[in-house]
Amino acid sequence: MKKVMMGNHAVSYGARLSRVQVISAYPITPQTQIVEELSELCARGELEAKFIKVESEHSAMAACIGASAGGARAFTATSSQGLALMHELLHWAAGARLPIVLANVNRAMGPGWSIWSEQTDSLAQRDTGWLQIYCESNQEVLDTTIQAFKIAETLSLPVMVILDAFFLSHTYEPVDIPDQRGIDRFLPPFQPKVKMDIRDPHAFGALVTPEHYYEFRYNIQKAFERATGVIEEVGREFGEHFGRYYGLLEEYEMDDAEIVLVTSSTITSTARAVVRERRARGEKIGLLKVRVFRPFPFAAIRQALSGVRKAAVIDRNISFGHHGIFFSEIKSALYGQPDAPRLFGFIAGLGGRDVTPETIHDIIDITQHESKPQQDIYWIGLKSAGQKATAPKTAAVK
Amino acid sequence: MEARNYSPKDFRSDIKPVWCPGCGDFGVLNALYQALAKLQLPHEDVAIVSGIGCSSRLPGYVKTYGFNSIHGRALPVAQGVKLARPETTVIAVAGDGDGLSIGAGHFPHMARRNIDLTYIMLDNSIYGMTKGQMSPTTVEEQPTKTTPYGMVEDPINPVKLALAYGASFIARSFSGNIKHTVQMIIQAIQHPGFSFLHLLSPCVTFVGRDQFDLIRSLSVDLGNEHDPTSVEHAWRVAEEVGRISMGVIFEADKPTFEQRYEHAKQLAHQAGDGDFRNLLKKYRVAA
Ligand SMILES: Cc1ncc(C[n+]2csc(CCOP(=O)(O)OP(=O)(O)O)c2C)c(N)n1
Ligand code: SF4
Ligand SMILES: [Mg+2]
Repeated sequence: MKKVMMGNHAVSYGARLSRVQVISAYPITPQTQIVEELSELCARGELEAKFIKVESEHSAMAACIGASAGGARAFTATSSQGLALMHELLHWAAGARLPIVLANVNRAMGPGWSIWSEQTDSLAQRDTGWLQIYCESNQEVLDTTIQAFKIAETLSLPVMVILDAFFLSHTYEPVDIPDQRGIDRFLPPFQPKVKMDIRDPHAFGALVTPEHYYEFRYNIQKAFERATGVIEEVGREFGEHFGRYYGLLEEYEMDDAEIVLVTSSTITSTARAVVRERRARGEKIGLLKVRVFRPFPFAAIRQALSGVRKAAVIDRNISFGHHGIFFSEIKSALYGQPDAPRLFGFIAGLGGRDVTPETIHDIIDITQHESKPQQDIYWIGLKSAGQKATAPKTAAVK
Repeated sequence: MEARNYSPKDFRSDIKPVWCPGCGDFGVLNALYQALAKLQLPHEDVAIVSGIGCSSRLPGYVKTYGFNSIHGRALPVAQGVKLARPETTVIAVAGDGDGLSIGAGHFPHMARRNIDLTYIMLDNSIYGMTKGQMSPTTVEEQPTKTTPYGMVEDPINPVKLALAYGASFIARSFSGNIKHTVQMIIQAIQHPGFSFLHLLSPCVTFVGRDQFDLIRSLSVDLGNEHDPTSVEHAWRVAEEVGRISMGVIFEADKPTFEQRYEHAKQLAHQAGDGDFRNLLKKYRVAA
């Protein structure tokens, strides 16, 4: 069944089809409709789940931890400041190997207060032990939410499903909703490996001495190393059931590409249209979308970019004192590769600044023009001091 | 410094409020302008610190120092400002969601610490800014977007909390009664120590315009028979049902954090340096 829906409701539908059992959340713009819709579905009995609107995001994740340890399929959604407040518990959920699914709407961090799109909130959580999947369309949001539970429960690891503020969260797109029976075959009920059970009692969260802690960490890393395969497998299986296939990366016009744009989230759609246009002019430009950020798909990236002359990574995020975050990860993936491309790092669209086709054209132009990067970071669309708050016609390269 | 004669409009900033027309918070803002003018507080001697919410936009509209801080953190940030600038009149502003859910943990500690600041809670019993979810003061019969068929949790009574936590000044007012609100703000600011003002300020968009009439119809003034120095009297007001008493509910003469801190410093000074040799003697083991 097709329905026109906003990205936030695509998350809600994904969670409903996954038959989540406990939902615990705190409202924050632009995530709010995700949980409002779920609370409505619960109240109407269309979803057999317990819904609680708790007193903060910290409590929301704590309740998910309790629920998941108790054997329930647990879900929450948040954004930006809310995700930051959860930070302590994100570590906890992963360390406890709880397959919680969280939808995060990418929103810039304050101050200055902003509700617009930027990826720094979720990327700042990259070392907490959560898988991270970035979505490009509302269809991908819905499908990924469902896959996320399967991936999480296979690996006993929590998964974050990520979508752009407004560009997806509040944008309406046609979405194909898989039927419940199909989903039930794809995603059987959660079978926790360990849960609260009086016939088989366990204590949770005890002190771990140096004798054992190290191995716990090793095991998490091993699970992450398995995760790339699991994500690919689940994406393939999803495709077999519903006709839409998903992987770690998505390639577009990559076969003979000399210059490749590397993107994530909705910037990908704009970039795809620009690449199509430049291809029509006979330019050998390709596009590589990074869907999965944790585990970072090192091998797939190396393979995809092998033999490419230049690659331009577009980051709607920044690690201060370093680089765009996708850029630095890709750079480390390519270290020591004999046929690695020259890598150009672009920062664009922070705090929800529009990344238009012109922005992408500028990025391609710069990458074509320079034989090698002239600066560590290209700030694209940066206004000079005192300039009016309208986007400049041609991007200033600073 | 030269004497200045402030009028309420001197405290109006250049920023035009973005609240919905008819929002109760306009009344609070007006009352605050008047109270600051009555107190003749120079702009630069006042800092207004808020959390995040519609109510927390207030500092931007007042020509004093203003700080629109983090959701739930008006009190701890205000505390920091007061510690750094003790001569400043510090006013913390929070919504019911801000102050009673995400930031509720700060309330008891600020009350028991009795730092000399004024805490104004703008209670509309809803999350206004995020567009109408239930808040800790939402009542059972009031449907919200997260509780479409009514509340399944009991509301918090902020005055009860303040009393239980040991706040040294507790008052209640209603933004529909600006004259009374002015009085309460003045008294709260003048009280030395932590003062809590529970200010009912309706959200016309997500709860309804009828809130003004409802609150007005339930409001009663605390008369002369109410003794604000009596804890029993205060509890009686806090526990009341079917009416909302307005006025100073409780006021205690308690040393402030600043005074007790100074006192502790003096004691430390009097005690002088320790005598290490004497201390060691205590632990001497017989040879
Ligand atoms: C950590 C965090 N979580 C959630 C939010 C989103 N948020 C902004 S204001 C608000 C609640 C507002 O309600 P209230 O405090 O009652 O203020 P009002 O808007 O009603 O005046 C929420 C949940 C946020 N800014 N930060
Ligand atoms: S939403 Fe409610 S609280 Fe916020 S400005 Fe509008 S009326 Fe006031
Ligand atoms: Mg409120």
